[in-house]
Amino acid sequence: MSFVIKVGMASCGLAAGAMDVYLAIKQHIQSSDLPVILKKTACIGMCFEEPIVEFWGLEQGRIALGKVDPQTIGSLMDDYLAGKQVQGNVILAEKQEGVHNELFGEQVRIVLRNCGVIDPESLADYEAAGGYQALAKALKMDRKKIIEEVKDSGLRGRGGAGFSTGMKWSFCHAAKGDKKYVVCNADEGDPGAFMDRSVLEGDPHSIIEGMIIGAYAMGAGEGYIYCRAEYPLAIKHLKDAIEAATARGYLGKKILGTSFDFELHIKEGAGAFVCGEETALMASIEGKRGMPTIRPPFPAESGLWGKPTNINNVETWANISWIISNGAAAYRKYGTEKSPGTKVFALAGKIANSGLIEVPMGISIRDVIYKVGGGMKTESPFKAVQLGGPSGGCIPASLLDTTVDYDSITKTGAIMGSGGMVVMDENTCMVDVARFFLNFTQNESCGKCTFCRIGTRRMLEILTAITEGKGSLEDIEKLEALAVNIIKGSLCGLGQTAPNPVLTTLRYFKNEYLAHITEKRCPAGVCTALLKYEIIPDKCIGCTACARKCPVNCIAGSVKQVHVIDQGRCIKCGACYSTCKFNAIKKG
Amino acid sequence: MQTAFSKLDAVIAKYHGRKGALIPLMQEVQELEGFLSQATMRYLSEQMQIPAAEIYGVATFYSMFRLKPKGRHTIRMCKGTACHVSGANGISMALREALNLGEGEETTADNNFTLMEVACLGCCSLAPVIMIDERTFGKLTPEKIPAILEKFAFVQEEK
Repeated sequence: MSFVIKVGMASCGLAAGAMDVYLAIKQHIQSSDLPVILKKTACIGMCFEEPIVEFWGLEQGRIALGKVDPQTIGSLMDDYLAGKQVQGNVILAEKQEGVHNELFGEQVRIVLRNCGVIDPESLADYEAAGGYQALAKALKMDRKKIIEEVKDSGLRGRGGAGFSTGMKWSFCHAAKGDKKYVVCNADEGDPGAFMDRSVLEGDPHSIIEGMIIGAYAMGAGEGYIYCRAEYPLAIKHLKDAIEAATARGYLGKKILGTSFDFELHIKEGAGAFVCGEETALMASIEGKRGMPTIRPPFPAESGLWGKPTNINNVETWANISWIISNGAAAYRKYGTEKSPGTKVFALAGKIANSGLIEVPMGISIRDVIYKVGGGMKTESPFKAVQLGGPSGGCIPASLLDTTVDYDSITKTGAIMGSGGMVVMDENTCMVDVARFFLNFTQNESCGKCTFCRIGTRRMLEILTAITEGKGSLEDIEKLEALAVNIIKGSLCGLGQTAPNPVLTTLRYFKNEYLAHITEKRCPAGVCTALLKYEIIPDKCIGCTACARKCPVNCIAGSVKQVHVIDQGRCIKCGACYSTCKFNAIKKG
Repeated sequence: MQTAFSKLDAVIAKYHGRKGALIPLMQEVQELEGFLSQATMRYLSEQMQIPAAEIYGVATFYSMFRLKPKGRHTIRMCKGTACHVSGANGISMALREALNLGEGEETTADNNFTLMEVACLGCCSLAPVIMIDERTFGKLTPEKIPAILEKFAFVQEEK
């Protein structure tokens, strides 16, 4: 065995400085003429430890190092090469203590099986990990048998809606048409979600293989991957992967010597959240404004350019080859009866270990946050977790034991969504969060349906007024009435789910709304219009630290005298609050 | 007029007759000029035999298309959920303050920076995040902003 070094170089790793680390390692290998194979890989999911470097191949086994410093990585390499136990920030290790060894215990990696393991730019790496064997197997199977297998696996659409993938495929299979299309929805627009980006960057072939198998089963000759343009690295990896797969005979004419032809294209999105909706997405591929259309007809009958079309999301496609290789029964070993398999989540916000995880369905949200995610980032206690982005809702502490499956999460008023999980602590204002999402959906409404276009704007105005202390109790009724009508009066998922963040926060955090309305107070201290910084006379020792820090010079008081903040001039920046060492400043 | 459009012609020729080509064509054209001017959109309309209204409709629908010229450097300010709960508003205020941009203004008077707010850059674990051109800056605090902007101002003076 030889010494192999892998550097995590997905977007998040690069943003944390992985390129400098990579170059430092390369430099060290060249200058010391070391027998080392240096490879790039993508995201292993522990974004909070980026940049991450992994050593393997020698006696000490695999070890992963976190927060790697380009200055010290060389000496760590030398230690490993010399057979010494590697010191430094060891996060995962086979044969020694790794600080996060236990975090992987609850995870099951099906979709992320290759992410952070293989070099996403190497087809040979993917093949060595068993890649394209499912395709070879599928091409020998009866088309209906493939669809049966997917149906039996119980796989449900991972884009969020949770419709049976096998059923969807069977509709498209049954549709009559001289030409059919398959589409991969990679327009991950939820703010706070990066699951699809990680799979696209880290294992593009798994998505491509899933699509080829699906195309074969449904009889489609052409496919599109609609990827948001904000993910340049994902697009690059996809383009390279398509080229490599075509050269190798997995794509193009007479795939693997059969009579099946399939061509795959990439379409870059141009920045419109509504294009995640399937009919809008198809309009966008056709080069039009991405506005949803009435269903029926469903895409399975009349989709792209009027032809039968099947659309699945990135994570759904990435499951397919595993299911074909291992069988539906193996897939059903994970998860619950109605929601089999695993789900990928992007953990973010006030959580200790933000990053990408994959857990079996049926795990409780509490375990996801406290076991896999390592709990809260700071001492501020947990307040809520937001699931499903602008279409989802906030789940409070009292419901932390809700299990992760489509039906249980829907019962809370949130939705499974595509997998963004943003953890919020006591310093998060729930009215502000609702306003944040409404601002988003209001901006992204395509304008076709009146209730979505104008209704979301009215809701946003009401929420803004509440956060500014100008709300009244009637506003709560107005919000609820508007919510019901927007849901009823909207054509697509964007409008139908836009009120969810407001409805769930009203349901679980009504007291915060009331505090804003009746007491003109923001309990979390977020809404600046309601915020007030005051000096507690008993605690102030007159050190002048706050007065010197204040950017608008609105704190009066000389040495050893109690200071006073001029409320009229205070801009509520909080500089005094964070400067005071005596806790003499009250925020509220 | 004709010479100004010669580069455009090459791009148009590449996409002519392809189905669903309008958006990628417009993306590539915008890449050339930094934005889509009225004259360019009219020219595209004539050459592609697509009504100008349809082109304008697409240009205004997608947030990526710009109808105004862009500054030398583009700052993408992430407004995703994770960034929002980690203090993106403070970063946004610090940026506007440092760049002397009023509400609704995007490009600085010296044309060096264009500030854009984007939904999510997908680097949630580094929140709050901004991206200047191709470089990402994470775990920001308002105090860090002036020094970061300084790096890009310096490059401009050197030229």
